[in-house]
Amino acid sequence: MLIYIAKRIVYTLPIMLGVTLVCFALVHLAPGDPLIAVLPPDASEQMKQQLMVLYGFDRPYHEQFLRWIWRAVQGDLGGSIATNRPVATEVFKAVGNTLMLSAVATFIGFALGTFFGFVAGYFRDTVIDKSASFLSVVGVSVPHYWLGMVLVIIFSATLGWLPATGAGPGGSDAWAWDWAHVRHIVLPAITMSVIPMGIIARTVRALVAEILSQEFIAGLRAKGLSEFGVFKHVVKNTAPTALAVMGIQLGYLLGGSILIETVFSWPGTGGLLNAAIFQRDLPLLQGTILVLAMFFVILNLIVDVVQTLLDPRIQRS
Amino acid sequence: MTAPLLEVDTLVKHFPIASGLLGRSGGVVRAVDGISFKLAAGETLGIVGESGCGKSTTARLLMHLITPSSGTVRFEGKTVGTRELPYKEFLRQVQMVFQDSYASLNPRLTVEESIAFAPTVHGVSRSEAISRARSLLDRVGLEPQRFAGRYPHELSGGQRQRINIARALALQPRILILDEAVSALDKSVEAQVLNLLLDLKDEFGLTYIFISHDLEVVRFIASRVLVMYLGKVAEVGPTEDLYTASRHPYTTALLGSLLSMDPDKRTDKAPLAGDPPNPISPPPGCRFHTRCVFAEGVCKSVAPGLAGVSATHEAACHMVIPGSGHSKAEGRAA
Amino acid sequence: MLLADKQATLGPITRSPGYWTTVWRRFRRDPVAMFALLVILAIIVVAILAPYIAPQDPYKGMSLRRLKPPGTPGFILGTDELGRDMLSRLIYGARLSLFMGVTPVIFALVIGSVIGIVAGYVGGWLNTVLMRTIDVFFAFPSVLLAIALSGALGAGITNGLVSLTVVFVPPIARVAESVTTSVRTRDFVEAARASGASALTIIRVQVLGNVLGPIFVYAMSLIAVSMILASGLSFLGLGVKPPEPEWGLMLNTLRTAIYTQPLLCALPGLMIFVTSISFNLLTDGLRSAMDIKA
Ligand SMILES: Nc1ncnc2c1ncn2[C@@H]1O[C@H](COP(=O)(O)OP(=O)(O)OP(=O)(O)O)[C@@H](O)[C@H]1O
Ligand code: SF4
Ligand SMILES: [Mg+2]
Repeated sequence: MLIYIAKRIVYTLPIMLGVTLVCFALVHLAPGDPLIAVLPPDASEQMKQQLMVLYGFDRPYHEQFLRWIWRAVQGDLGGSIATNRPVATEVFKAVGNTLMLSAVATFIGFALGTFFGFVAGYFRDTVIDKSASFLSVVGVSVPHYWLGMVLVIIFSATLGWLPATGAGPGGSDAWAWDWAHVRHIVLPAITMSVIPMGIIARTVRALVAEILSQEFIAGLRAKGLSEFGVFKHVVKNTAPTALAVMGIQLGYLLGGSILIETVFSWPGTGGLLNAAIFQRDLPLLQGTILVLAMFFVILNLIVDVVQTLLDPRIQRS
Repeated sequence: MTAPLLEVDTLVKHFPIASGLLGRSGGVVRAVDGISFKLAAGETLGIVGESGCGKSTTARLLMHLITPSSGTVRFEGKTVGTRELPYKEFLRQVQMVFQDSYASLNPRLTVEESIAFAPTVHGVSRSEAISRARSLLDRVGLEPQRFAGRYPHELSGGQRQRINIARALALQPRILILDEAVSALDKSVEAQVLNLLLDLKDEFGLTYIFISHDLEVVRFIASRVLVMYLGKVAEVGPTEDLYTASRHPYTTALLGSLLSMDPDKRTDKAPLAGDPPNPISPPPGCRFHTRCVFAEGVCKSVAPGLAGVSATHEAACHMVIPGSGHSKAEGRAA
Repeated sequence: MLLADKQATLGPITRSPGYWTTVWRRFRRDPVAMFALLVILAIIVVAILAPYIAPQDPYKGMSLRRLKPPGTPGFILGTDELGRDMLSRLIYGARLSLFMGVTPVIFALVIGSVIGIVAGYVGGWLNTVLMRTIDVFFAFPSVLLAIALSGALGAGITNGLVSLTVVFVPPIARVAESVTTSVRTRDFVEAARASGASALTIIRVQVLGNVLGPIFVYAMSLIAVSMILASGLSFLGLGVKPPEPEWGLMLNTLRTAIYTQPLLCALPGLMIFVTSISFNLLTDGLRSAMDIKA
């Protein structure tokens, strides 16, 4: 078991290296001049050269790469070309907001998803099952950015119950756990929760249906085990997988929040990416993606390890 | 004995054991550890031995499905896998029938497509291959009209194994390797397929290598028998010699476990106790000494080679090697 | 030849229905999946026939008739922020939206299958190198990877297609690798190798028929994701550029009207939703139709 975990960790290292390589390559994949964001249109050749040296763009690729990694390991992701502020500071502030939104969404998705999944699995092949299953198909089929707009139309534009944009009153991006702030997270979080809801419901339904159809459950029932006892057994056996799916979904939401953040003007990594892309601020783009991808890799690692520890059925050697 | 059709010379296959952080631990499974035998045209050589002794590995080595760690195979005096006789040419002469009749047929191909595959690989035109497939179906006792266009899952185990035999014959080979080819069938179906094999052998002038753990079936079909133990040849000789006058204690024990099932024939021969040792670290000396009732000091240190009992019968036991130092051997230790 | 005589007397070969015939028979009995198939076919027909069906020119706008609500005479579904006919734009939008959603999956199906089947069949170090490289791409959530790539490459149809293809190659390659690996060790592949056939022949005749089905269904299941992602890129201002009619882009440009013409705003997204759920239901139906012995 310990060996498996050690192996899993060691195995993650080359992946992380690969991820940094891809992020690095992104900048050099980009057409045009990396300095386009800062250079005035009439910049002289000399000024351009100076800036190239300043940002290190004049060195050979491998040197740039090694320098970038070396600094990244120390928490320095370079400076934003557009704002000149350190990328790391910007990213971490934004990641905090995104993380909170994703976590709330995952939680909602998990709660609803396990509920629907359980109900569908228990009442397999009934109308209840069909409806719950259909709901989960809807969850994975709906363009969530559109769902966000629809919710805004209903709850903000028409009913006026909830704010449509921002993370706090007056566009402040300092979070606090009061109603003034919480109101802002309701719509984006519900919107975002739809995908994990669908996926978790599907997974849980399949697991519950499979466990309930096992012969020894019938045996337990015959021996007089209460329905509650059966339920406990089912919960115990679905929990590890459901939690694992939840963990991975959190990672997907973190990385995929940009669309929803755009709809709700949420001050997270999505906004940052948007800014980076449209101002062609490549160091910012690179840094944000690196941090999000690393989050995802580490989250996967944690999920895997925790699942191995929790689930006695998984025999990994 | 006529000149050998096939000659196997100290064939070895060691599988590396994958484990540990970097994949290889350095250990090997000695699945086949230096076996040699000759096959005469027209005979049926039975290969027997307990599970895991390396019978299938030997068959797969002969078919070049896995590459040997060392050793050579000669067909009609020509070394296989050299310019004299490339593998592809050799495989036209030797074909194999696998144990699992279902797994060895492609579920997406019709019966005739499966049979016609090999000939098309060897340059036979598709229509010619299909008509060859249909006539082979007829020969293995399946009406082409009914069976040529069907899929494997629609057929019974016996029918599928007939198709596998037809498929193996499609290249008109000289040698057929049958690896537990009838083991999975019901007794009555097994008898039918065995009779079919005997008919085909006469009709096409085939030579068989018949691998099985069923000693009675082997006695019925084989003219010679080779007994394997932990990747090595323990004893080899004409079927009747082996079954009535085995000279290796392992053969005797195998036959004993067979006979002991039949109360009338129960003898005082030693039954076979325990499981064979691990092929990763086989015992030194004679590999059978951990289970042999005749084991002595010499058995634990010196590995016995194959020694002639008669012109056609050999056994790898110190008791048949003159001067080996075993108390039951003739002569004194050198 | 004796056999020829026999065939003459016994009549023709009886043929069993092939695998795909059986799958289709089962699929046909699934009303939900059949309905989804019809919806998709209808959308495809609309996309193809757009110039004949659309009541108006989708590019021609007029500032006088901006943001008319659905039901306006002459403009059944209203007009957009530039006064262009909504219905015509939605009809024309089917072309680009379908194209942007389906093409990357087709490209990825081809590339990913080749990578996965080769890796799975050959095994060994080649498998290790290919699959470990693929693993790196799994370290990016798909939305992030798509946005990162098209963000770096810049807006445009080609860049969007390239980014989405890169996103879908790794998952398809992984599925292709795993089904191929499981087929490769089956006895019938061994038997084919024992006939002296080359690797390419074995893959073509023996392996493909067994792996393409599962790979294809998996790729189908990605079309819904791809539709959402492709429109999402345009929604962000990547992907398709104005003034082209494309559902995601329409959603983006109509966003400003969310308080004045909410119903209008929701229409393009509804189209994306209908298409993507139809593809999902179609895939589910196909998958269960394919879940048969042999
Ligand atoms: N590909 C492989 N990798 C590692 N070990 C293998 C491999 N194939 C076979 N072995 C090992 O080699 C030994 C011989 O196996 P083989 O299949 O030849 O036995 P067998 O005599 O055919 O047994 P059975 O009667 O069960 O079919 C076994 O210990 C087996 O575990
Ligand atoms: S050599 Fe010794 S241990 Fe081996 S079989 Fe003969 S008597 Fe038994
Ligand atoms: Mg075997």
